[in-house]
Amino acid sequence: MMATAEHPRRAPSLATEGITKIFGPMYALDKVSMQVEAGSFHALLGENGAGKSTLVKCIMGFYGADAGTVQLNGRPIAVHTPRQAQAHGIGMVYQHFTLVPCLTAAENLVIARSDAPSVLNWRAEKRALESFMDRMPFRVPLDRHVADLSAGEKQKLEILKLLYLDQHFLILDEPTSVMTPGEADEVLTLLRGMAERGEITVLMISHKFREVKAFCDSFTVLRRGRVTGTGDAQSTPVPEMSRMMIGETELRERAPRQSRTEAKPRLALTAVSTEDETGRRVVDDLSLTINAGEIVGIAGVSGNGQSALVEMLSGQRPMTSGQITVDGAPFAPRRADLDRFRVFGLPEEPLRNAAVPRMSVAENMAFRSFDKAPLAGRLGLISAARMRARGEELIRRYNVRTSSADAPIETLSGGNVQRAVLARELSGEVDVLIVANPCFGLDFASVAEIRAQIMDQRNRGAAVLLVSEDLDEILELSDRVAVMSGGRLGPAAPVESTSRDSIGRQMGGH
Amino acid sequence: MTQAELMIVVYALIGGAIRVSTPFLFVALGECLTEKSGRINLGLEGSLILGAMVGYATSFQSGSPWVGVLAAGIAGTCMGAAHGWICKLPKVNDIAVGLAFMSLGTGLAFFFGKPYIQPSAPRLESLPLGGWSQNPQVQQALQVNPLFFVGIALAIAMWWMLANTRAGLTVRMVGDSAASARAMGVSVDLVRLLATAAGGFMAGVGGAFLSLSYPGSWSEGLSSGQGLMAVALVIFSRWNPLRCVLAALLFGAAGALGPALQSIGISYGYHFFNAAPYILTLGIMIASSRSKSAAAEAPRELSIVK
Repeated sequence: MMATAEHPRRAPSLATEGITKIFGPMYALDKVSMQVEAGSFHALLGENGAGKSTLVKCIMGFYGADAGTVQLNGRPIAVHTPRQAQAHGIGMVYQHFTLVPCLTAAENLVIARSDAPSVLNWRAEKRALESFMDRMPFRVPLDRHVADLSAGEKQKLEILKLLYLDQHFLILDEPTSVMTPGEADEVLTLLRGMAERGEITVLMISHKFREVKAFCDSFTVLRRGRVTGTGDAQSTPVPEMSRMMIGETELRERAPRQSRTEAKPRLALTAVSTEDETGRRVVDDLSLTINAGEIVGIAGVSGNGQSALVEMLSGQRPMTSGQITVDGAPFAPRRADLDRFRVFGLPEEPLRNAAVPRMSVAENMAFRSFDKAPLAGRLGLISAARMRARGEELIRRYNVRTSSADAPIETLSGGNVQRAVLARELSGEVDVLIVANPCFGLDFASVAEIRAQIMDQRNRGAAVLLVSEDLDEILELSDRVAVMSGGRLGPAAPVESTSRDSIGRQMGGH
Repeated sequence: MTQAELMIVVYALIGGAIRVSTPFLFVALGECLTEKSGRINLGLEGSLILGAMVGYATSFQSGSPWVGVLAAGIAGTCMGAAHGWICKLPKVNDIAVGLAFMSLGTGLAFFFGKPYIQPSAPRLESLPLGGWSQNPQVQQALQVNPLFFVGIALAIAMWWMLANTRAGLTVRMVGDSAASARAMGVSVDLVRLLATAAGGFMAGVGGAFLSLSYPGSWSEGLSSGQGLMAVALVIFSRWNPLRCVLAALLFGAAGALGPALQSIGISYGYHFFNAAPYILTLGIMIASSRSKSAAAEAPRELSIVK
């Protein structure tokens, strides 16, 4: 039976000492030492690529560190596989889910146990699970299939699974990215309570200062594989933490916003719907009008239909009902219409959605124009030389770092792929711009640049639809904000009259 | 068509459904288990034919049809295990390997089966369950082979196992999310190999039914694509072993349509009615590929739904 029941194991302390991990020529981690006290709620901060994930994967035994030790309760432990970490009571919630969609929540919990009996007595198991749930601070419906749970519920179930498996050192990798602010606060508050009672120790990877300030006691900052700071989360001011994260480079300024007076409707969606492969309506009767020279931000927890909406607008997913117009004329996301109405887009994960990874940078940059003058001749023959020259010009103008215009675009870093796609989409006249999570996974410098480009298009009169899971980005760029939840879109309100709280409430569907 | 004729057709259909459905049922259960683990084994058609030949030969040599059934199952197991082993090699496509195994199984059966086309082996005796009725048609229809009941018991056992045992949950986990299974330390390849081997066993037993009960002799034209139609049948039954039973009965009834109509003298369109199972397969494939609820229940690791 479960060992969690009456005499909970005490929360352990964990320390890494001089962990070094080398990938090829690069030091992913360079002598990283971190101390997580027993019963503390410790934040691991850093930009994307700073080495946070590598560090926790070394602790979990996914990677063998090239040097250094991990100590649990002061004693060095050898962990070579996640199973061994589990045996030491160290568990991790990953950014991607490790739940099996076709099994119910209860089945997922039971099968995760290494001592699950070969014939399951479901009545006894259910009783044990119910009494486990009663001791837990939050619950998840046990009989529902995981595929039918919301992203936030799945994340809760992942955490419950660790507790169910009797793990007392919890590593959470950006656990709140798929939760509504309300859910995130609930879960973190309860975990913090358990930590305070000495039941668990939590190490949370995050880049949300608000959460760090509200829930963590201590923090460690990584930058380019090194520890650049550590301290008390409550007394250290946010600007200092962020300086530790990004170094001495200047914090970016907000993109300037020009005010506009006339409101001329440009992109109008009327009662549009679309379905996923199983026939569920993922965009449900959505109506929205965006004026010229305006950015409308769509906020929401990921998986509430935003991706489907963008896919529908870019022609990747059929529209089941409704109508789209641009300047009053009906629009369908076909190449001819995209050109005629000057509709451009920056989809999320551009390498997957807006580029052919193995084609060259120049070819990828020519996707919108290769069959038109000046790149194509009179007989429709494409000039490779002109395509290349055009590519080189764009590479210079948009500061894309690539070895050459002929390099496959998949060899570029994320920020540079985004810049290359940006160059293709924004180099001409733009009337409508559809943007989804444009800064996901990018470093600070690229973020500032890309947001400035989007704002520039708005200032020049484009109607911009911005879908983002980053609430700060929405609040910074948008003129109006609407929240998407369960495939439905709330009313678009001017950004001045909304607040983080009201948006958060709507994200939860209230 | 008179009332009496209609009854004759109905009895013939019921009897035919029970007889013809048995090989469908075994192959479909085998395919169902294999697909639940995330692989498709199109080679079950080969396992079925090889099973038919090995079963017949063993029954002839040993004098016991049940030993033949066992030998057929073992032949199918070897085919399934080989499929499972080859598919775990990197970048191997299970569908292509399945097609190769279909040809291999058929080829082996024809090669080794030549000497057994003429001799007559002891067959599996059917149970006369129609003794309560005076009606000869009813008695004829209820000549039920014990393997039919074995198949139904197997379907129930499989359904129960998938829901109530650790092994069952592990198979479903592997078929639905290989990444999660690996994270829990389950060897995905091993589970799939075992599931494919067990599936092969069932297909082999289905083959033994063909040669030892109905039609009841070994010939090269014995199987008429039951192994391939089982794939459609599994999709139709949405990967549920219990629904496999109903689907197999439906396919069996479709297969019995031609002979049933002939028995009352309707012989025009005989070949057309004999093609009923194939037409049904085609219809089901079209309907189910459009069906969104089928898509929702498909194991997510299957190479065709990924």
